[in-house]
Amino acid sequence: MNSFTKYVKRYWRSTKSLVGGLRISIKVFFRKKVTEQYPENRHTTLYVPERHRAMLEMPHDAENRHHCIACGLCQMACPNGTIRVVSEMREDAEGKKKRVLVRYEYDLGACMFCQLCVNACPHGAIRFTNEFENAVFEREKLHLVLNHEGSTLAPPAAKKENPVNA
Amino acid sequence: MEQSFLDYYSLEPVTRWIHDTLCGVMPEGWAVFLEGLVLGVVILLAYAVLAVVLIYMERRVCGAFQCRIGPNRVGGKGGLLQVPADVLKILTKEIIRLKNSDHLLYELAPYLVILASVISFSCLPWHKGAGVLDMEVGILFVLAASSIGILGILLAGWSSNSKYTIIGAVRSGAMLVSYELSLGITVLTVVILSGTMSISGIVESQADGWNIFKGHIITLVAFVIYLISGNAEANRGPFDLAEAEQELTAGYHTEYSGMHFGFFYLAEYLNLFITSGIAATLFLGGWMPLHVAGLDGFNAVMDYIPGIVWFLGKTFFVVFLLMWIRWTYPRLRIDQVLNLEWKYLMPLSLLLMLIMVVLKVYGLVF
Repeated sequence: MNSFTKYVKRYWRSTKSLVGGLRISIKVFFRKKVTEQYPENRHTTLYVPERHRAMLEMPHDAENRHHCIACGLCQMACPNGTIRVVSEMREDAEGKKKRVLVRYEYDLGACMFCQLCVNACPHGAIRFTNEFENAVFEREKLHLVLNHEGSTLAPPAAKKENPVNA
Repeated sequence: MEQSFLDYYSLEPVTRWIHDTLCGVMPEGWAVFLEGLVLGVVILLAYAVLAVVLIYMERRVCGAFQCRIGPNRVGGKGGLLQVPADVLKILTKEIIRLKNSDHLLYELAPYLVILASVISFSCLPWHKGAGVLDMEVGILFVLAASSIGILGILLAGWSSNSKYTIIGAVRSGAMLVSYELSLGITVLTVVILSGTMSISGIVESQADGWNIFKGHIITLVAFVIYLISGNAEANRGPFDLAEAEQELTAGYHTEYSGMHFGFFYLAEYLNLFITSGIAATLFLGGWMPLHVAGLDGFNAVMDYIPGIVWFLGKTFFVVFLLMWIRWTYPRLRIDQVLNLEWKYLMPLSLLLMLIMVVLKVYGLVF
Protein backbone atom coordinates (compact mmCIF):
# COMPACT_ATOMS: atom_id res chain seq x y z
CA MET A 1 0.00 0.00 0.00
CA ASN A 2 1.56 3.29 -0.97
CA SER A 3 1.61 6.20 1.37
CA PHE A 4 -1.11 8.16 -0.40
CA THR A 5 -3.69 5.40 0.00
CA LYS A 6 -2.62 5.13 3.61
CA TYR A 7 -3.16 8.85 4.02
CA VAL A 8 -6.63 8.73 2.49
CA LYS A 9 -7.58 5.71 4.56
CA ARG A 10 -6.43 7.34 7.76
CA TYR A 11 -8.36 10.48 6.79
CA TRP A 12 -11.50 8.46 6.31
CA ARG A 13 -11.03 6.41 9.47
CA SER A 14 -10.45 9.42 11.70
CA THR A 15 -13.42 11.27 10.20
CA LYS A 16 -15.61 8.31 11.00
CA SER A 17 -14.31 8.10 14.54
CA LEU A 18 -14.82 11.84 15.09
CA VAL A 19 -18.41 11.60 13.90
CA GLY A 20 -18.90 8.68 16.26
CA GLY A 21 -17.76 10.86 19.13
CA LEU A 22 -20.22 13.55 18.18
CA ARG A 23 -23.03 11.02 18.05
CA ILE A 24 -22.28 9.80 21.55
CA SER A 25 -22.08 13.26 23.05
CA ILE A 26 -25.38 14.38 21.51
CA LYS A 27 -27.01 11.31 23.04
CA VAL A 28 -25.72 12.42 26.43
CA PHE A 29 -26.99 15.92 25.71
CA PHE A 30 -30.57 14.68 25.56
CA ARG A 31 -30.23 12.18 28.37
CA LYS A 32 -31.90 12.78 31.73
CA LYS A 33 -29.59 14.86 33.89
CA VAL A 34 -28.09 13.22 36.96
CA THR A 35 -27.83 16.33 39.13
CA GLU A 36 -29.72 16.09 42.43
CA GLN A 37 -31.08 19.43 43.62
CA TYR A 38 -30.59 18.17 47.12
CA PRO A 39 -32.22 20.26 49.82
CA GLU A 40 -35.23 21.02 47.63
CA ASN A 41 -35.92 17.52 46.39
CA ARG A 42 -35.23 15.88 49.73
CA HIS A 43 -38.76 14.58 50.11
CA THR A 44 -39.73 14.32 46.48
CA THR A 45 -37.41 13.12 43.74
CA LEU A 46 -34.24 12.44 45.70
CA TYR A 47 -32.51 9.40 44.28
CA VAL A 48 -29.72 7.67 46.15
CA PRO A 49 -28.26 4.66 44.38
CA GLU A 50 -29.16 1.43 46.12
CA ARG A 51 -25.56 0.42 46.76
CA HIS A 52 -24.57 3.78 48.24
CA ARG A 53 -22.98 3.12 51.64
CA ALA A 54 -24.03 5.69 54.20
CA MET A 55 -24.71 4.02 57.54
CA LEU A 56 -24.18 0.58 59.04
CA GLU A 57 -27.33 -1.12 60.24
CA MET A 58 -28.21 -4.42 61.88
CA PRO A 59 -31.59 -5.50 60.57
CA HIS A 60 -34.03 -6.82 63.14
CA ASP A 61 -37.17 -8.75 62.32
CA ALA A 62 -40.64 -8.21 63.77
CA GLU A 63 -39.84 -10.17 66.92
CA ASN A 64 -36.76 -8.05 67.65
CA ARG A 65 -34.34 -10.72 66.49
CA HIS A 66 -31.10 -10.22 64.62
CA HIS A 67 -28.66 -12.59 62.95
CA CYS A 68 -25.46 -11.67 64.74
CA ILE A 69 -23.68 -14.64 66.36
CA ALA A 70 -21.05 -12.36 67.90
CA CYS A 71 -18.20 -14.09 66.08
CA GLY A 72 -16.27 -10.84 65.88
CA LEU A 73 -15.20 -11.25 62.25
CA CYS A 74 -16.46 -7.78 61.41
CA GLN A 75 -14.48 -6.31 64.27
CA MET A 76 -11.35 -7.99 62.96
CA ALA A 77 -12.05 -6.96 59.38
CA CYS A 78 -12.50 -3.30 60.26
CA PRO A 79 -9.35 -1.33 59.34
CA ASN A 80 -10.28 1.58 61.56
CA GLY A 81 -11.35 -0.16 64.71
CA THR A 82 -14.80 1.20 64.22
CA ILE A 83 -16.67 -1.86 65.46
CA ARG A 84 -16.56 -3.41 68.91
CA VAL A 85 -18.56 -6.55 69.54
CA VAL A 86 -19.26 -7.04 73.24
CA SER A 87 -20.35 -10.59 73.94
CA GLU A 88 -20.65 -13.01 76.81
CA MET A 89 -20.82 -16.78 77.20
CA ARG A 90 -24.21 -18.11 78.25
CA GLU A 91 -25.51 -21.63 78.78
CA ASP A 92 -28.58 -22.46 76.75
CA ALA A 93 -31.38 -24.85 77.70
CA GLU A 94 -29.36 -27.92 76.75
CA GLY A 95 -26.45 -26.84 78.87
CA LYS A 96 -24.29 -25.89 75.88
CA LYS A 97 -22.09 -22.81 76.22
CA LYS A 98 -22.80 -20.24 73.56
CA ARG A 99 -21.47 -16.79 72.73
CA VAL A 100 -24.24 -14.21 72.83
CA LEU A 101 -24.15 -10.63 71.61
CA VAL A 102 -24.55 -8.00 74.29
CA ARG A 103 -23.69 -4.77 72.59
CA TYR A 104 -22.72 -4.11 69.00
CA GLU A 105 -20.85 -0.80 69.19
CA TYR A 106 -20.21 1.15 66.03
CA ASP A 107 -18.43 4.49 65.74
CA LEU A 108 -19.88 6.25 62.69
CA GLY A 109 -17.31 9.02 63.01
CA ALA A 110 -14.42 6.62 62.43
CA CYS A 111 -16.07 4.54 59.71
CA MET A 112 -14.74 4.91 56.19
CA PHE A 113 -17.56 2.90 54.60
CA CYS A 114 -15.29 0.30 53.03
CA GLN A 115 -17.86 -2.48 53.52
CA LEU A 116 -15.24 -4.98 54.69
CA CYS A 117 -17.34 -5.74 57.78
CA VAL A 118 -20.39 -6.55 55.70
CA ASN A 119 -18.29 -8.71 53.41
CA ALA A 120 -16.81 -10.55 56.38
CA CYS A 121 -20.12 -11.32 58.06
CA PRO A 122 -20.99 -15.00 57.56
CA HIS A 123 -24.67 -14.52 58.45
CA GLY A 124 -25.65 -11.33 56.72
CA ALA A 125 -26.34 -9.72 60.07
CA ILE A 126 -25.23 -6.25 59.12
CA ARG A 127 -25.67 -4.13 56.01
CA PHE A 128 -25.23 -0.59 54.75
CA THR A 129 -28.25 1.62 54.25
CA ASN A 130 -28.85 4.77 52.25
CA GLU A 131 -29.50 6.97 55.26
CA PHE A 132 -26.91 9.66 54.65
CA GLU A 133 -28.08 12.63 56.71
CA ASN A 134 -25.91 11.73 59.67
CA ALA A 135 -24.48 15.07 60.73
CA VAL A 136 -24.65 15.80 64.45
CA PHE A 137 -23.16 18.46 66.70
CA GLU A 138 -21.38 16.23 69.20
CA ARG A 139 -18.93 13.50 68.53
CA GLU A 140 -20.44 11.25 71.17
CA LYS A 141 -23.66 11.05 69.21
CA LEU A 142 -21.79 9.15 66.53
CA HIS A 143 -21.07 6.26 68.91
CA LEU A 144 -23.97 4.00 68.06
CA VAL A 145 -25.21 0.67 69.38
CA LEU A 146 -26.65 -1.29 66.50
CA ASN A 147 -28.46 -4.11 68.24
CA HIS A 148 -31.81 -3.10 69.71
CA GLU A 149 -32.69 -3.23 73.39
CA GLY A 150 -33.46 -6.80 74.48
CA SER A 151 -32.92 -8.30 71.05
CA THR A 152 -32.17 -11.98 70.62
CA LEU A 153 -30.58 -14.18 68.02
CA ALA A 154 -32.88 -15.36 65.26
CA PRO A 155 -33.12 -19.14 64.82
CA PRO A 156 -30.86 -20.46 62.06
CA ALA A 157 -33.86 -21.37 59.92
CA ALA A 158 -34.59 -17.69 59.42
CA LYS A 159 -30.98 -17.10 58.47
CA LYS A 160 -30.56 -14.95 55.42
CA GLU A 161 -27.87 -15.16 52.80
CA ASN A 162 -25.40 -12.30 52.97
CA PRO A 163 -26.55 -10.17 50.05
CA VAL A 164 -23.07 -8.89 49.31
CA ASN A 165 -21.50 -12.33 49.10
CA ALA A 166 -24.45 -13.87 47.32
CA MET B 1 -38.87 34.22 -6.32
CA GLU B 2 -40.93 36.27 -3.91
CA GLN B 3 -38.70 39.25 -3.20
CA SER B 4 -41.31 41.76 -2.10
CA PHE B 5 -41.33 40.77 1.56
CA LEU B 6 -37.57 40.89 1.71
CA ASP B 7 -37.86 44.46 0.49
CA TYR B 8 -40.67 45.11 2.93
CA TYR B 9 -38.43 44.25 5.85
CA SER B 10 -35.44 46.13 4.47
CA LEU B 11 -34.05 48.72 6.82
CA GLU B 12 -32.48 50.75 4.08
CA PRO B 13 -35.36 53.24 3.63
CA VAL B 14 -35.43 53.77 7.39
CA THR B 15 -31.73 54.49 7.64
CA ARG B 16 -31.89 56.76 4.61
CA TRP B 17 -34.86 58.63 6.09
CA ILE B 18 -32.99 59.09 9.39
CA HIS B 19 -29.95 60.36 7.52
CA ASP B 20 -31.98 62.78 5.42
CA THR B 21 -33.84 64.14 8.45
CA LEU B 22 -30.61 64.66 10.36
CA CYS B 23 -29.06 66.36 7.33
CA GLY B 24 -32.05 68.68 7.28
CA VAL B 25 -31.29 70.09 10.74
CA MET B 26 -27.46 69.96 10.78
CA PRO B 27 -24.49 69.81 8.43
CA GLU B 28 -23.83 66.40 6.90
CA GLY B 29 -20.56 65.93 8.76
CA TRP B 30 -22.34 66.27 12.10
CA ALA B 31 -25.11 63.95 11.00
CA VAL B 32 -22.64 61.26 10.02
CA PHE B 33 -20.76 61.77 13.28
CA LEU B 34 -23.95 61.46 15.31
CA GLU B 35 -25.05 58.35 13.44
CA GLY B 36 -21.62 56.82 13.94
CA LEU B 37 -21.77 57.58 17.65
CA VAL B 38 -25.20 56.02 18.07
CA LEU B 39 -24.22 52.98 16.03
CA GLY B 40 -21.03 52.57 18.04
CA VAL B 41 -22.98 52.56 21.28
CA VAL B 42 -25.51 50.13 19.85
CA ILE B 43 -22.75 47.80 18.65
CA LEU B 44 -20.95 47.84 21.98
CA LEU B 45 -24.22 47.21 23.81
CA ALA B 46 -25.08 44.33 21.50
CA TYR B 47 -21.55 43.05 22.01
CA ALA B 48 -21.89 43.01 25.79
CA VAL B 49 -25.38 41.54 25.77
CA LEU B 50 -24.39 38.81 23.33
CA ALA B 51 -21.37 37.98 25.46
CA VAL B 52 -23.63 37.47 28.47
CA VAL B 53 -26.04 35.36 26.43
CA LEU B 54 -23.21 33.27 24.99
CA ILE B 55 -21.56 32.62 28.33
CA TYR B 56 -24.89 31.55 29.80
CA MET B 57 -25.55 29.35 26.80
CA GLU B 58 -22.08 27.84 27.02
CA ARG B 59 -22.52 26.96 30.66
CA ARG B 60 -25.92 25.39 30.14
CA VAL B 61 -24.90 23.51 27.00
CA CYS B 62 -21.70 22.32 28.63
CA GLY B 63 -23.75 21.14 31.59
CA ALA B 64 -26.11 19.22 29.35
CA PHE B 65 -23.22 17.56 27.54
CA GLN B 66 -21.83 16.45 30.88
CA CYS B 67 -25.20 15.16 32.01
CA ARG B 68 -25.73 17.90 34.59
CA ILE B 69 -27.95 20.95 34.80
CA GLY B 70 -25.59 23.92 34.88
CA PRO B 71 -26.25 27.23 36.64
CA ASN B 72 -29.90 27.37 37.67
CA ARG B 73 -30.05 29.11 41.04
CA VAL B 74 -29.13 32.78 40.65
CA GLY B 75 -32.09 34.82 39.47
CA GLY B 76 -35.07 32.55 39.73
CA LYS B 77 -35.73 29.31 37.97
CA GLY B 78 -33.33 29.31 35.05
CA GLY B 79 -30.25 30.88 36.60
CA LEU B 80 -30.61 33.78 34.17
CA LEU B 81 -28.86 36.23 36.48
CA GLN B 82 -25.80 34.04 36.99
CA VAL B 83 -23.74 35.66 34.25
CA PRO B 84 -24.79 39.27 35.02
CA ALA B 85 -23.75 38.58 38.61
CA ASP B 86 -20.40 37.28 37.38
CA VAL B 87 -20.03 40.39 35.23
CA LEU B 88 -20.67 42.64 38.22
CA LYS B 89 -18.16 40.66 40.23
CA ILE B 90 -15.44 40.94 37.63
CA LEU B 91 -16.05 44.68 37.36
CA THR B 92 -15.24 45.09 41.04
CA LYS B 93 -11.95 43.21 40.80
CA GLU B 94 -8.66 45.03 41.07
CA ILE B 95 -6.57 45.36 37.93
CA ILE B 96 -3.07 44.40 38.99
CA ARG B 97 -0.06 46.12 37.45
CA LEU B 98 2.92 43.82 37.38
CA LYS B 99 6.19 45.33 38.50
CA ASN B 100 8.44 43.94 35.79
CA SER B 101 6.03 43.90 32.90
CA ASP B 102 6.13 46.15 29.89
CA HIS B 103 3.39 48.46 31.12
CA LEU B 104 2.34 50.04 27.85
CA LEU B 105 2.09 46.79 25.92
CA TYR B 106 0.66 44.94 28.90
CA GLU B 107 -2.22 47.37 29.04
CA LEU B 108 -2.59 47.68 25.29
CA ALA B 109 -2.92 43.96 24.60
CA PRO B 110 -6.48 43.33 25.87
CA TYR B 111 -7.69 46.37 23.97
CA LEU B 112 -6.16 45.08 20.75
CA VAL B 113 -7.90 41.76 21.23
CA ILE B 114 -11.25 43.37 21.93
CA LEU B 115 -10.78 45.89 19.12
CA ALA B 116 -10.22 43.12 16.60
CA SER B 117 -13.32 41.33 17.68
CA VAL B 118 -15.50 44.48 17.77
CA ILE B 119 -14.43 45.42 14.25
CA SER B 120 -15.18 41.99 12.86
CA PHE B 121 -18.41 42.00 14.89
CA SER B 122 -19.58 45.13 13.07
CA CYS B 123 -19.20 43.43 9.71
CA LEU B 124 -21.93 40.88 10.36
CA PRO B 125 -25.02 41.14 8.13
CA TRP B 126 -27.72 41.46 10.74
CA HIS B 127 -30.59 42.24 8.46
CA LYS B 128 -31.34 43.45 4.98
CA GLY B 129 -29.86 46.91 4.80
CA ALA B 130 -28.49 46.69 8.33
CA GLY B 131 -24.91 45.68 7.73
CA VAL B 132 -22.92 48.25 9.69
CA LEU B 133 -19.59 47.90 7.93
CA ASP B 134 -20.30 46.84 4.40
CA MET B 135 -17.70 47.25 1.71
CA GLU B 136 -16.63 45.68 -1.54
CA VAL B 137 -13.92 43.56 0.10
CA GLY B 138 -15.93 42.94 3.26
CA ILE B 139 -14.93 39.35 3.87
CA LEU B 140 -11.27 40.15 3.34
CA PHE B 141 -11.65 42.99 5.81
CA VAL B 142 -13.10 40.60 8.41
CA LEU B 143 -10.16 38.22 7.98
CA ALA B 144 -7.70 41.08 8.26
CA ALA B 145 -9.37 42.68 11.25
CA SER B 146 -9.70 39.44 13.18
CA SER B 147 -5.97 38.88 12.70
CA ILE B 148 -5.25 41.89 14.88
CA GLY B 149 -6.38 39.69 17.74
CA ILE B 150 -3.33 37.46 17.24
CA LEU B 151 -1.15 40.49 17.72
CA GLY B 152 -2.94 41.23 20.98
CA ILE B 153 -2.42 37.69 22.20
CA LEU B 154 1.29 37.71 21.33
CA LEU B 155 1.71 41.10 23.00
CA ALA B 156 -0.10 39.91 26.10
CA GLY B 157 2.17 36.91 26.38
CA TRP B 158 5.31 38.91 25.73
CA SER B 159 4.64 41.90 27.92
CA SER B 160 3.60 39.92 31.01
CA ASN B 161 7.22 38.85 31.43
CA SER B 162 6.39 35.32 32.47
CA LYS B 163 7.36 31.92 31.11
CA TYR B 164 3.80 30.65 31.10
CA THR B 165 2.38 33.53 29.19
CA ILE B 166 5.06 33.65 26.53
CA ILE B 167 4.82 29.94 25.84
CA GLY B 168 1.03 30.15 25.78
CA ALA B 169 1.14 33.13 23.46
CA VAL B 170 3.60 31.54 21.06
CA ARG B 171 1.48 28.41 20.96
CA SER B 172 -1.66 30.40 20.27
CA GLY B 173 0.17 32.46 17.71
CA ALA B 174 1.44 29.41 15.85
CA MET B 175 -1.99 27.85 15.89
CA LEU B 176 -3.89 30.97 14.86
CA VAL B 177 -1.52 31.75 12.00
CA SER B 178 -1.76 28.18 10.75
CA TYR B 179 -5.52 27.92 10.89
CA GLU B 180 -5.93 31.29 9.25
CA LEU B 181 -4.84 29.50 6.08
CA SER B 182 -7.54 26.88 5.78
CA LEU B 183 -10.03 29.45 7.06
CA GLY B 184 -9.04 31.83 4.30
CA ILE B 185 -9.09 29.12 1.66
CA THR B 186 -12.58 27.93 2.57
CA VAL B 187 -13.76 31.53 2.59
CA LEU B 188 -12.22 31.91 -0.86
CA THR B 189 -14.13 28.85 -2.00
CA VAL B 190 -17.36 30.59 -1.09
CA VAL B 191 -16.19 33.83 -2.65
CA ILE B 192 -15.57 31.95 -5.88
CA LEU B 193 -19.01 30.43 -5.70
CA SER B 194 -20.73 33.75 -4.99
CA GLY B 195 -18.55 35.81 -7.27
CA THR B 196 -18.24 38.66 -4.80
CA MET B 197 -16.32 39.56 -1.66
CA SER B 198 -18.84 41.99 -0.24
CA ILE B 199 -20.73 40.50 2.67
CA SER B 200 -24.10 41.86 1.59
CA GLY B 201 -23.31 40.65 -1.95
CA ILE B 202 -22.62 37.14 -0.68
CA VAL B 203 -25.92 37.15 1.18
CA GLU B 204 -27.81 38.49 -1.86
CA SER B 205 -26.28 35.81 -4.05
CA GLN B 206 -27.87 33.18 -1.82
CA ALA B 207 -31.43 34.37 -2.46
CA ASP B 208 -32.02 31.36 -4.71
CA GLY B 209 -30.52 28.83 -2.30
CA TRP B 210 -27.98 28.78 0.46
CA ASN B 211 -24.40 28.17 -0.49
CA ILE B 212 -24.28 24.96 1.47
CA PHE B 213 -26.88 23.51 -0.93
CA LYS B 214 -25.61 25.27 -4.01
CA GLY B 215 -22.07 23.95 -4.14
CA HIS B 216 -22.88 20.24 -4.22
CA ILE B 217 -20.86 18.47 -1.52
CA ILE B 218 -17.96 20.89 -1.87
CA THR B 219 -19.43 23.64 0.26
CA LEU B 220 -20.62 21.14 2.83
CA VAL B 221 -17.07 19.90 3.36
CA ALA B 222 -15.82 23.49 3.23
CA PHE B 223 -18.36 24.33 5.95
CA VAL B 224 -16.95 21.59 8.17
CA ILE B 225 -13.38 22.76 7.56
CA TYR B 226 -14.46 26.33 8.26
CA LEU B 227 -16.01 25.24 11.55
CA ILE B 228 -12.87 23.40 12.62
CA SER B 229 -10.51 26.23 11.79
CA GLY B 230 -12.97 28.80 13.11
CA ASN B 231 -13.00 26.95 16.40
CA ALA B 232 -9.22 27.13 16.42
CA GLU B 233 -9.33 30.83 15.58
CA ALA B 234 -11.59 31.46 18.56
CA ASN B 235 -9.00 29.67 20.71
CA ARG B 236 -11.58 27.24 21.98
CA GLY B 237 -11.41 23.58 22.75
CA PRO B 238 -10.28 21.16 21.41
CA PHE B 239 -7.79 23.79 20.30
CA ASP B 240 -7.44 25.60 23.63
CA LEU B 241 -3.72 24.95 23.70
CA ALA B 242 -2.99 28.23 25.33
CA GLU B 243 -4.90 27.23 28.41
CA ALA B 244 -3.13 24.17 29.71
CA GLU B 245 -3.54 24.13 33.46
CA GLN B 246 -0.81 21.58 33.97
CA GLU B 247 1.95 23.26 32.00
CA LEU B 248 0.94 26.85 31.39
CA THR B 249 -1.72 27.70 33.98
CA ALA B 250 -3.97 29.95 31.89
CA GLY B 251 -1.65 30.67 28.97
CA TYR B 252 -1.25 34.17 27.62
CA HIS B 253 -3.72 35.78 30.05
CA THR B 254 -2.25 34.23 33.20
CA GLU B 255 -1.05 37.55 34.57
CA TYR B 256 -4.17 39.52 33.83
CA SER B 257 -6.80 40.26 36.43
CA GLY B 258 -10.11 42.02 36.67
CA MET B 259 -11.58 43.52 33.56
CA HIS B 260 -8.38 43.11 31.59
CA PHE B 261 -8.86 39.39 31.88
CA GLY B 262 -12.55 40.03 31.25
CA PHE B 263 -11.70 41.52 27.86
CA PHE B 264 -9.89 38.36 26.81
CA TYR B 265 -12.77 36.28 28.04
CA LEU B 266 -15.32 38.49 26.31
CA ALA B 267 -13.34 38.42 23.08
CA GLU B 268 -13.16 34.64 23.20
CA TYR B 269 -16.93 34.32 23.34
CA LEU B 270 -17.58 37.04 20.81
CA ASN B 271 -15.04 35.47 18.47
CA LEU B 272 -17.13 32.34 18.78
CA PHE B 273 -20.17 34.37 17.79
CA ILE B 274 -18.35 36.11 14.93
CA THR B 275 -17.02 32.82 13.61
CA SER B 276 -20.54 31.44 13.68
CA GLY B 277 -21.99 34.59 12.17
CA ILE B 278 -19.56 34.52 9.29
CA ALA B 279 -20.23 30.81 8.83
CA ALA B 280 -23.95 31.56 8.74
CA THR B 281 -23.30 34.32 6.22
CA LEU B 282 -21.05 32.32 3.96
CA PHE B 283 -22.76 28.96 4.00
CA LEU B 284 -26.26 29.35 5.42
CA GLY B 285 -27.32 32.52 3.66
CA GLY B 286 -27.00 35.19 6.35
CA TRP B 287 -30.40 36.78 6.89
CA MET B 288 -31.86 35.01 3.84
CA PRO B 289 -34.95 32.95 4.66
CA LEU B 290 -35.03 29.28 3.83
CA HIS B 291 -36.51 28.69 0.40
CA VAL B 292 -37.38 25.35 -1.07
CA ALA B 293 -37.78 25.42 -4.81
CA GLY B 294 -41.34 24.62 -5.82
CA LEU B 295 -43.02 25.18 -2.45
CA ASP B 296 -44.27 28.73 -3.01
CA GLY B 297 -46.62 28.81 -0.01
CA PHE B 298 -43.84 27.61 2.29
CA ASN B 299 -41.45 30.18 0.83
CA ALA B 300 -43.96 32.98 1.36
CA VAL B 301 -44.39 32.01 5.02
CA MET B 302 -40.62 31.93 5.45
CA ASP B 303 -40.42 35.43 3.98
CA TYR B 304 -42.64 36.77 6.76
CA ILE B 305 -39.96 35.97 9.34
CA PRO B 306 -37.68 39.02 9.66
CA GLY B 307 -34.07 38.71 8.60
CA ILE B 308 -32.60 39.32 12.02
CA VAL B 309 -34.45 36.29 13.37
CA TRP B 310 -33.03 34.20 10.56
CA PHE B 311 -29.56 35.53 11.11
CA LEU B 312 -29.56 35.04 14.88
CA GLY B 313 -31.21 31.65 14.51
CA LYS B 314 -28.58 30.42 12.09
CA THR B 315 -25.75 31.93 14.07
CA PHE B 316 -26.87 30.35 17.30
CA PHE B 317 -27.30 27.06 15.50
CA VAL B 318 -23.67 27.25 14.40
CA VAL B 319 -22.68 28.34 17.92
CA PHE B 320 -24.34 25.20 19.19
CA LEU B 321 -22.42 23.12 16.66
CA LEU B 322 -19.17 24.66 17.87
CA MET B 323 -20.07 24.01 21.51
CA TRP B 324 -20.98 20.46 20.61
CA ILE B 325 -17.52 20.05 19.10
CA ARG B 326 -15.88 21.69 22.08
CA TRP B 327 -17.49 19.50 24.68
CA THR B 328 -17.00 16.28 22.73
CA TYR B 329 -13.32 16.12 21.87
CA PRO B 330 -10.31 16.02 24.14
CA ARG B 331 -7.81 18.77 23.51
CA LEU B 332 -4.95 18.26 21.10
CA ARG B 333 -1.25 18.57 21.68
CA ILE B 334 0.57 21.37 19.86
CA ASP B 335 2.18 19.04 17.31
CA GLN B 336 -1.16 17.33 16.69
CA VAL B 337 -2.81 20.68 16.14
CA LEU B 338 -0.25 21.71 13.57
CA ASN B 339 -0.36 18.25 11.96
CA LEU B 340 -4.10 18.47 11.60
CA GLU B 341 -3.88 21.83 9.90
CA TRP B 342 -0.87 21.40 7.62
CA LYS B 343 -1.26 17.75 6.69
CA TYR B 344 -5.02 17.32 6.60
CA LEU B 345 -7.14 20.47 6.55
CA MET B 346 -5.08 22.67 4.27
CA PRO B 347 -4.57 20.13 1.44
CA LEU B 348 -8.26 19.28 1.55
CA SER B 349 -9.36 22.90 1.46
CA LEU B 350 -6.98 23.63 -1.42
CA LEU B 351 -8.48 20.68 -3.27
CA LEU B 352 -11.97 21.94 -2.55
CA MET B 353 -11.09 25.38 -3.86
CA LEU B 354 -9.67 23.86 -7.01
CA ILE B 355 -12.78 21.78 -7.62
CA MET B 356 -14.94 24.83 -6.93
CA VAL B 357 -13.03 26.84 -9.52
CA VAL B 358 -13.51 24.08 -12.10
CA LEU B 359 -17.20 23.79 -11.29
CA LYS B 360 -17.69 27.53 -11.48
CA VAL B 361 -15.78 27.88 -14.74
CA TYR B 362 -17.84 25.16 -16.40
CA GLY B 363 -21.02 26.46 -14.83
CA LEU B 364 -21.82 23.26 -12.97
CA VAL B 365 -23.03 24.90 -9.76
CA PHE B 366 -26.68 25.74 -9.22
